[in-house]
Amino acid sequence: MTMGQTITVTVNGTVHTAEVEHRTLLVHFLREQLNMTGTHIGCDTSTCGCCTVHLDGDAVLSCSTLAVQCDGREVRTVEGLQAADGSLHPIQQAFHENHGLQCGFCTPGMMMAALGIIEQQPNATDDEIRAALEGNLCRCTGYQNIVASIRAAADQMARS
Amino acid sequence: MAVDYTTQTTGGIGDAVLRKEDRKFVTGEGRYVDDLKLPGMLHAAFVRSSFGHARITSIDATAALALPGVHAVLTHATLPVETGVLSASNPGGDVRHPEQAILAKEFARYVGEPVAMVIADDRYLARDGADLVHVEYDPLPVVVDAEQALEPGAPLVHAEYDSNLVKTLEHVTDGFDDAMAKASKVIKLRVDNQRLTPSAMETRGCIGDWQEATGEVTLYTSTQVAHFVRTFVSIVCGTSEAKVRVVTPDVGGGFGAKLNTYREEFAVCAASHVVGRPVKWIEDRTEAGVATIHGRAQVQYYEAGVTDEGRIVALKFDAVQNNGAYNMLLTPSISHLTLFMVPGLYDIQDISIRIRQTFTNTTPTDAYRGAGRPEATHGIERLMDAIADDLGIDAVEIRRRNFIQPDQFPYSSATGLVYDSGEYEMNLDKALELSDYAGFAARRAESEANGKYRGIGLSTYVEVCGLAPSAVTAALGIGAPGWEHSTVRLHPTGKATVITGTSPHGQGHATSWSQITQTELGIPFEDVEVIHGDTAFQPYGLGTYGSRSLAVGGIALYRSLGKVREKARELAAHLLECSMDDLEWTGSSWQVKGSPDRAKTIQELAYAGWTSASLPEGLEPVLEATTFHDPPNFTFPSGTHVCEVEIDPDTGRVEVLNYTAVDDCGNVINPLIVDGQVHGGVIQGLGQALFEETVYSEDGQMLTPTLVEYLVPSAADVPPMTLARTVTPSPSNPLGVKGIGEAGTIGASAAIVNAAVDALSGLGVRHIEMPMQPARIWNVIQEATS
Amino acid sequence: MIPSTLAYTKASSIDEAVAAVAAGAVPLSGGQSLMPMMRLRLAAPEAIVDLGGIPELVGICEDENEIAVGAMTIHREVAASELIRAHAGLVADAAAGIGSPQVRNRGTIGGSLGHADPHSDMPATLIAAGASVLVRGPNGERRILVEDLITTYLTTTLEPGEIITQVRIPKGDDHSAYAKFHRRAIDWTIVGVAICIGDDGVRAAATGVADRPVRLSAFEEVLNGGGSLDDAIARIAEGVEPHAGLDGSVEYKKHLLGVLARQAHAEASSR
Repeated sequence: MTMGQTITVTVNGTVHTAEVEHRTLLVHFLREQLNMTGTHIGCDTSTCGCCTVHLDGDAVLSCSTLAVQCDGREVRTVEGLQAADGSLHPIQQAFHENHGLQCGFCTPGMMMAALGIIEQQPNATDDEIRAALEGNLCRCTGYQNIVASIRAAADQMARS
Repeated sequence: MAVDYTTQTTGGIGDAVLRKEDRKFVTGEGRYVDDLKLPGMLHAAFVRSSFGHARITSIDATAALALPGVHAVLTHATLPVETGVLSASNPGGDVRHPEQAILAKEFARYVGEPVAMVIADDRYLARDGADLVHVEYDPLPVVVDAEQALEPGAPLVHAEYDSNLVKTLEHVTDGFDDAMAKASKVIKLRVDNQRLTPSAMETRGCIGDWQEATGEVTLYTSTQVAHFVRTFVSIVCGTSEAKVRVVTPDVGGGFGAKLNTYREEFAVCAASHVVGRPVKWIEDRTEAGVATIHGRAQVQYYEAGVTDEGRIVALKFDAVQNNGAYNMLLTPSISHLTLFMVPGLYDIQDISIRIRQTFTNTTPTDAYRGAGRPEATHGIERLMDAIADDLGIDAVEIRRRNFIQPDQFPYSSATGLVYDSGEYEMNLDKALELSDYAGFAARRAESEANGKYRGIGLSTYVEVCGLAPSAVTAALGIGAPGWEHSTVRLHPTGKATVITGTSPHGQGHATSWSQITQTELGIPFEDVEVIHGDTAFQPYGLGTYGSRSLAVGGIALYRSLGKVREKARELAAHLLECSMDDLEWTGSSWQVKGSPDRAKTIQELAYAGWTSASLPEGLEPVLEATTFHDPPNFTFPSGTHVCEVEIDPDTGRVEVLNYTAVDDCGNVINPLIVDGQVHGGVIQGLGQALFEETVYSEDGQMLTPTLVEYLVPSAADVPPMTLARTVTPSPSNPLGVKGIGEAGTIGASAAIVNAAVDALSGLGVRHIEMPMQPARIWNVIQEATS
Repeated sequence: MIPSTLAYTKASSIDEAVAAVAAGAVPLSGGQSLMPMMRLRLAAPEAIVDLGGIPELVGICEDENEIAVGAMTIHREVAASELIRAHAGLVADAAAGIGSPQVRNRGTIGGSLGHADPHSDMPATLIAAGASVLVRGPNGERRILVEDLITTYLTTTLEPGEIITQVRIPKGDDHSAYAKFHRRAIDWTIVGVAICIGDDGVRAAATGVADRPVRLSAFEEVLNGGGSLDDAIARIAEGVEPHAGLDGSVEYKKHLLGVLARQAHAEASSR
């Protein structure tokens, strides 16, 4: 028997009210019900970080959070990074300028993790950035340009 | 023709142009297969064997079918398509190629083999339904180790054969016995190149959509080889290729694991036929650990006949390749690539190679980044250090003494290849300089003062890529060609569409192909659109694998651009009322020699070609050209990687302190993309050296199915690296390019292991197997010091 | 993978949570261990009760003798707490190293204890710190030493209907440290050693060397009897029973105990 309830979640500033199954994962709520497919699923075990979103301002794994747990809360996804005028967020711009992505699959989670890192440690060294990326896997880039991207984004955000 | 990069500054060949692909990915607007929704689409989940080897005695789907939302449960008996016609290459012509039913037929031969398929309203219900399918198994004896599988009396994976041998690849030069007999010493080494799980961040997935009214089948799938998939889907579905369309949306990494034709791709088409609606399947990561091919899994025995001076005069290589339970698309050919590269970049003309491929009760192995070549490079580079150690010769010097020299190119290898170009000492010297190899002794002393072991290791490699001349693929029994397709189409506005048969999944072909188009045809970078990965657009494309895209697909593009340029020239001569010989190409227009005022830009000519108001006699309208380019030879990138490690004797942790990679991939189209390929490649090689191993228990259970057990490294686990390049253009193609997709992986593992062995050489350690996880290193130290 | 069907309720008070758990619901705190297990269907609770809506379960405060950490306090807050850092640095050490930043933003100290994974960092450090938990159940509140809380794999001495509400850490000068070893940064700890050097002697505990976190009694006995660190380390593996696995042999894990004890002891002594 399926059980569910109505939830109201603010995603990237827009309020969404929807019926969800109790077991629905936040990532599936975003992808399947809200059709926001920028957040990806890369593992079953909270290891890869592909599904990283921000919940009330904190970077969390949307694959190990139930949608019902987000009732009344605010979620920010990769779709909410760019400005209303379409200009890229400094993190998005930095990933582009530093070739911080290849296949692009880990990129949304990587950027949302990066946002958390920069907010928590705006002056993080490269080693600290690497340490804080322990929960985000990328199979393409070897991370060198991801670290450079985050470094550049942090510098840009500190300036502006 | 050599390309002069320095003259190009704005998006042409050689420029570090930022990728035009990026914006959709950084904004979350990439479209991967799991992002697609078709009207009425249902979802599939597979029931997979939990036994390494068993007879399936019954399948009871009653409970699953009773679950509201479950539409169908399919098994071998109820699958309405041809089964057992799956593909495999056939080197030498006598490969054992057992039937591989889409859903297991009577026997399951590895954990994860699909047994039944549940179709439901959504993926949650499909999984619930799969858990309710009750399968009875009668367990059978299991063999997972490739060498044990060859022993007499080993359990037979396929009862219809009298052994588990798939095929023996052999290659012995005439002079081998004599040469080995004359060697002053024979040095032996066993190397185990462990099984790996490719682990693209996007797992596999596909959507089958069988339209009953027309008989058309559309398959959306995360693949590197849409056209191969189409061909096999048409066979399985019993329809014409013309009725089958395979669409490749954005693909989240492949690394060879998506260079295949998988059962699930056929199954979703068949399921769509049954339920009359599109059917989607997305692989779970845990499922990927058993359902997607593995790589490597080769045990090697080397015997090197050497002179007192360290020249290798004869080399014997005897290996066992674990093919897994079935042959997938290229499984039998992967170790043929090993065979090709056994001598590496050393001038060894007398060689004896035997590679025995075996069936085991494990997931099939196939191409994984490097595909047979990392195995060869890792082995020979470990062997070179073992020889150096044995003879008391420096690891750098032993390599110099055996390198193929620049004046030997084109070089005919003992395995039948013709190496195109290379200057191996140039790579080596540059890497030694950048890594401050000369200053290592002082750094070692510093580590020793801190109670740590420090070592430095080299890997010098050559690889074969640009797969492949069709005559060679035929000789390898691959049953498919190696050419590539391109079409260049100029629109009335002067903008261009480039259609390529390559199938990028992170390699940035849209960017690189646009750069080539700008340089060769003068159409600005931003005015070029690149289309790939949809069989509706191309006559055929072979796809992206084997570092082939630029060296084959890029040359197909180059030749189409040349054809368009020549057609434009004919049109320009007509419009300018001169002879074609009077015209010169400025880079973006045809002009009368010495008369800049009498010129037609490529955009003007595109428009004139389209309006066709005035065409020379015999010239067809529209500036468009198509090329099928079959490469005359492979290409042979090379390089030297230097790695420095420190080992903590207390914990056994190997820390990579410095990593330097010098690679020669010929001419470079986009240095940014090339560097990115090396970065990623090196870290995959490092993953193999230090972290990754796919492990089975003796009874065939998979012990490393998730990313918790299978240790793909994160940024926190890997070092930054220093890159540099040398350039010896390939003479085999007009752009002088070679390929870089796999080089990093091929070069990396041996450099890291050699560094660790060097670190512990003072304890008498001569070899370490991968992955060099802390517990293994600690054991090595214990054994060496006890 | 996807969790099995379940019924979810969110408790707004401890009493509500206790009632739900007493009725058979599994408590959901940060979910960083439970959710992956549910996705892999290694756990399939029919009902879960979310403890995320009970304000009194969150936060760190102190009284004269103890620090009180609400069971739903996330690892990031524990790691960042000056109060905990001042009195029980090893607990902050452990919290700072659990999982990834994303996991530390959701995972909680109470959840970590209640889940009772033998490779978990938090229980061993709390044992060494001499901490207790307050639990509430149908029969009211009681106090359990963390050392007495975990009995074996994923099993605690909590009675049916009981939930952990608070962790109580004794205050004292901080001479404590936690040293652990793992393969990748994100990986579970292979072996971890927690050491607290207090006025009444040394307390030490380890993770990863048994089916539960364990006191390193022989090690403590030597040090508290005036013996040397080397002598203590020579006896450190007495009574522990690590399992061989892909992360190492029994011998290796016993060896790591000594290595990590030396690290933790040096660090604790220097604080």
